[in-house]
Amino acid sequence: MADLLTKFDPLIEQREALLETGLTDPFNLVMEKVESPTVAICNGKRTILLGTYNYMGMTFDPDVVAAGKQALDDFGSGTTGSRVLNGTYAGHKAVEQALKDFYAMDHAMVFSTGYQANLGIISTIAGKEDYIILDIDSHASIYDGCALGNAQIVPFRHNDVEALDKRLKRLPPEAGKLVVLEGVYSMLGDVAPLKEMVAVSKAAGAMVLVDEAHSMGFIGDHGRGVCEAQGVIEDVDFIIGTFSKSVGTVGGFCVSNHPKFEILRLVCRPYVFTASLPPSVVATAATSIRKLMDSADKRAHLWENSKRLHAGLRQLGFKLGTDEPQSAIIAVLMPDLETGAAMWEALLHEGLYVNLARPPATPAGMTLLRCSLCALHSEDQVGEILGMFAAAGRATNCIS
Amino acid sequence: MPDRQQIYAKTLGLLEPFNKKGVAVTEATRFAQDLEWDSLTVLDFVANIEDEFDVIITMNMQAEIETVGQLVDALVRLTDSRG
Repeated sequence: MADLLTKFDPLIEQREALLETGLTDPFNLVMEKVESPTVAICNGKRTILLGTYNYMGMTFDPDVVAAGKQALDDFGSGTTGSRVLNGTYAGHKAVEQALKDFYAMDHAMVFSTGYQANLGIISTIAGKEDYIILDIDSHASIYDGCALGNAQIVPFRHNDVEALDKRLKRLPPEAGKLVVLEGVYSMLGDVAPLKEMVAVSKAAGAMVLVDEAHSMGFIGDHGRGVCEAQGVIEDVDFIIGTFSKSVGTVGGFCVSNHPKFEILRLVCRPYVFTASLPPSVVATAATSIRKLMDSADKRAHLWENSKRLHAGLRQLGFKLGTDEPQSAIIAVLMPDLETGAAMWEALLHEGLYVNLARPPATPAGMTLLRCSLCALHSEDQVGEILGMFAAAGRATNCIS
Repeated sequence: MPDRQQIYAKTLGLLEPFNKKGVAVTEATRFAQDLEWDSLTVLDFVANIEDEFDVIITMNMQAEIETVGQLVDALVRLTDSRG
């Protein structure tokens, strides 16, 4: 019998070699208790959370938690069904209304995860004769959406407006085109030049989809994302988002003003052939989204945190993914996986959790320590975080 | 319209900066196995090829192209169809 898992041998060997050195497995951390959006107990130790995407700190919001408990009592633990059969409850309509209000758009469609939102929308709207033009550094869910469908896929260099423009102009003018972009790219925390990219896309007759997973609630005057901040939200055909970051629960969505949008509920397989979100989840999401509409103070504090951490890490001598803080993600560049894993472990011993990101998830084979800030990180916590980076960086010779 | 030999010569020229292992390249040379390119190298190389010949090589087409010769054939077809 040919063992189908033999193909994973190189990865198994790489992992074993890394763990043999005595390092803690960076991909196997357990949080024994979670005290707040910014603190958990890991291996019995109080640990500041700096790698959770919990940007707006809504996970323990009393109103959000209360809404979830009420929905559990009123509607039970799960829907046991598809949105198009028995899985649409009042709460699912309510969260879609909250999204329409939040984005000031006509239509909203909620999926069971953000991954499924990209998978479903991208694979459904672009057919065999159509072209999908996407940034090389797009998230796995975007690539998987392309793989699930059968459109022609055209990648272009990361955030390169000219590369996008050239490719659009080489495509048949009459062909259907979908340009797929992200507001904030999650690995380096850099923002896309959406204003220019949406303009060249529209000039070429393409429809535009923007994934705003890492900007919702935080970027733009109303927290609608980079499209809003750069003044192009009216020209974007589809916005994809998630409940698992700023909203603080789980689920994904697409919002749009397209007049035929509602038909997608019947033809989008990752929407139809899966169970809908539990009532407690949609209740927490709806409550959280409505609170995010009115969170200008929290947004301002999160920007302050991001600026302070970026400046502080730079001053300590770390190399960062962006020259300026562009989002709530700050990526610390590591020279290689071994050093990255050692630094990750040293930070954990200090009492700080960040994400270790490595190829193939990262661009250009980089190893990153990815920090995502929360609006509820206090000034004191940011100071503590910088102290931990200084100690861990010196212990692992990342900085002098 | 350039003939096949010209396209092959230009392709070799564009390939050389990425030929870090100094492989003696022929039409039978395979990108993944012989040149040992990773996906990022492929993307950079393809972008340069696309710009040089003013064509689009979709990821769907790339999946079918394993050797230098197959790439040249694809470029002949693409530049031909444009007339």
